[in-house]
Amino acid sequence: MAAVTSTPVDLSAAFVMAPTVLGDWLVILPPALMITAGALLMMVRHRMHLHVRIAIPALLLLVLVDAALLFKVATQGPVTMMMGRWLPPFGIAFTVDLFGALMNLVAGTVAFAAGIAALKDINDSGRRYGFFPFLMLLMAGVSGAFLTGDIFNLYVWFEVLLISSFGLLILGSEREQIDGAMKYAVLNLIGTTLFLISVGYLYAIFGTLNMADIALKAREIEGAPLMTLSALFILAFSMKAAAFPVNFWLPASYHTPRITVSALFGGLLTKVGIYALMRVMVMLFPLQREELSLVIGLLAALTLIIAALGMLAQDDMRRMAGYAVIVGIGNMLAGIAVGTVAGISGALLYALHSILAMTALYLVIGRAAALTGTFSLTAAGGIYRVAPGFAFASLALFLAVAGLPPFSGLWPKIMLVKASLDIGAWWLAGTILLSGFLTTVALGRIFLLAYWRPQTKAEGRGEAGETLAQDRQTLWPLYGLIAIITLFGLLPEGPLGLSQLAAEGLLQPVSYIQSVFPAGGAQ
Amino acid sequence: MEFVLACLVGAFFAAAIYLLLSRHTVRMLLGIAILGNAVNLLIFTGGRLTREVPPIIGSGLDTLTAGAANPLPQALILTAIVISFSFFAFLLVLTYRAFQELGTDDTDEMRLAEPKNDPLPPAGY
Repeated sequence: MAAVTSTPVDLSAAFVMAPTVLGDWLVILPPALMITAGALLMMVRHRMHLHVRIAIPALLLLVLVDAALLFKVATQGPVTMMMGRWLPPFGIAFTVDLFGALMNLVAGTVAFAAGIAALKDINDSGRRYGFFPFLMLLMAGVSGAFLTGDIFNLYVWFEVLLISSFGLLILGSEREQIDGAMKYAVLNLIGTTLFLISVGYLYAIFGTLNMADIALKAREIEGAPLMTLSALFILAFSMKAAAFPVNFWLPASYHTPRITVSALFGGLLTKVGIYALMRVMVMLFPLQREELSLVIGLLAALTLIIAALGMLAQDDMRRMAGYAVIVGIGNMLAGIAVGTVAGISGALLYALHSILAMTALYLVIGRAAALTGTFSLTAAGGIYRVAPGFAFASLALFLAVAGLPPFSGLWPKIMLVKASLDIGAWWLAGTILLSGFLTTVALGRIFLLAYWRPQTKAEGRGEAGETLAQDRQTLWPLYGLIAIITLFGLLPEGPLGLSQLAAEGLLQPVSYIQSVFPAGGAQ
Repeated sequence: MEFVLACLVGAFFAAAIYLLLSRHTVRMLLGIAILGNAVNLLIFTGGRLTREVPPIIGSGLDTLTAGAANPLPQALILTAIVISFSFFAFLLVLTYRAFQELGTDDTDEMRLAEPKNDPLPPAGY
């Protein structure tokens, strides 16, 4: 190892000597852009008229950058950028494959929609508390998690998004929010600590943190306690994704903040957990996933049933939406349990659909509550008469969430059911369908009671009539999301093909590894 | 040496989990603080303990000598300490506010967001 040389040190042996191609900077741009915008917003935090002017263009830029990144990855394959020019596996790598780029683009779109919705929903006091800086940092964490190729770095991005989500959750400091935040904060902190424990063991076993390097070594290593490690990772990420039986923090907290914040959380946070679970269990430890597939399948089935029953039992529409988020997690877990190309691409497609649909669902519920003056199903009523256009848009969204044609929920569900039947897991397919049926009943009940039923109380009506006129132009993020969901349902070929390619790339990470180690292996 | 530290990590985890099982928020906070330290010790031990040779490249050498201590776990721990410290500070304030607003430190009595007798949705019109 030790070598004494008289010649000058050859730096090319330790560093990436070629300058980074201009296009490769795209890889780091989404988190860098969001952190910069967040810092800028902190500097002008007392000048609130500037917040919107900085935040909305920054979010629009994020969507454009994410789209450019997806285009680049779709045409060229996975792209890697090394921090500090250290050669892999020593430096921290940002590696983007199709899977990460797809999630990243959809997450950026949702954040943009939520930013627009916040113009109306978050008042001056919310902005003074820092809604927009927190939103920027949350998106830095989310896109960093989707783009990084280093597992410790993934942990750091998890913490970035977690601490900003704390800030967003207690925005306003209502008593309810503090109660919800207490449970959310403690349980999520324990979840990420479990993730850190797993990373510590992983480093002890492999001596590396680079995901491509781990993927290479995990297929050859023998005698290492990889099953224990995988079980720990599954527990940690299930906790982040709110899978049964570690899901109780979600319905306890997601209904307490402002509705735009709930929409962001419902769309993004749990899916980051699912993303990490797929990245680790499908790409890094495929053999262990195979061994544990029955456990994951049982977890998926229980999550599907318990969450659907939870939906049926709620009177508060926001809490019902919280359980709807968990139903989606069950569907994605089912795809991971199946583990074939069809299963993984079904799970990925469901994740994309769920990010869009859950954000839209919370926004619809917020709008419905603004029209009727209540979140309670017992008291709400008469929306169809007041706002028929909005009622039709809501119905489209409910059908999409329940997985009925012709909207976006249908295709991933068909893929998941078919994939489970193909490997003979008829019980899993049956559970997916049963849970879909219960979801349909629960959402149908919202439509029946809050939309079709005549107005039950006079209260809240005057306020609703007044907000109706000025709300119309701020409804377009909601209609935009529903339009994307409808398009996704009517023209599924594009997303389907991309998700299939992404799933193949995840199951056979040859091109991912090659993008990190161009020479074809660690030196 | 590894054996002693492994036992210590186990003791830390046991104490942390015992405290986290409490219903009182202050004890849970202490549990979280100990849990963070348990993980840091775990990473430290996971990086293998070699004390003899410091990880410094001597003059005239290109690489570390064999058996040098591993500097990476310390970088990881430093990151984890900063993160867990900031979270702990946030949780301290949150717990204090929760005690002020809700008037209790017993998590079983914090039922504001999820009231005990939540009404069921109507079964019909």
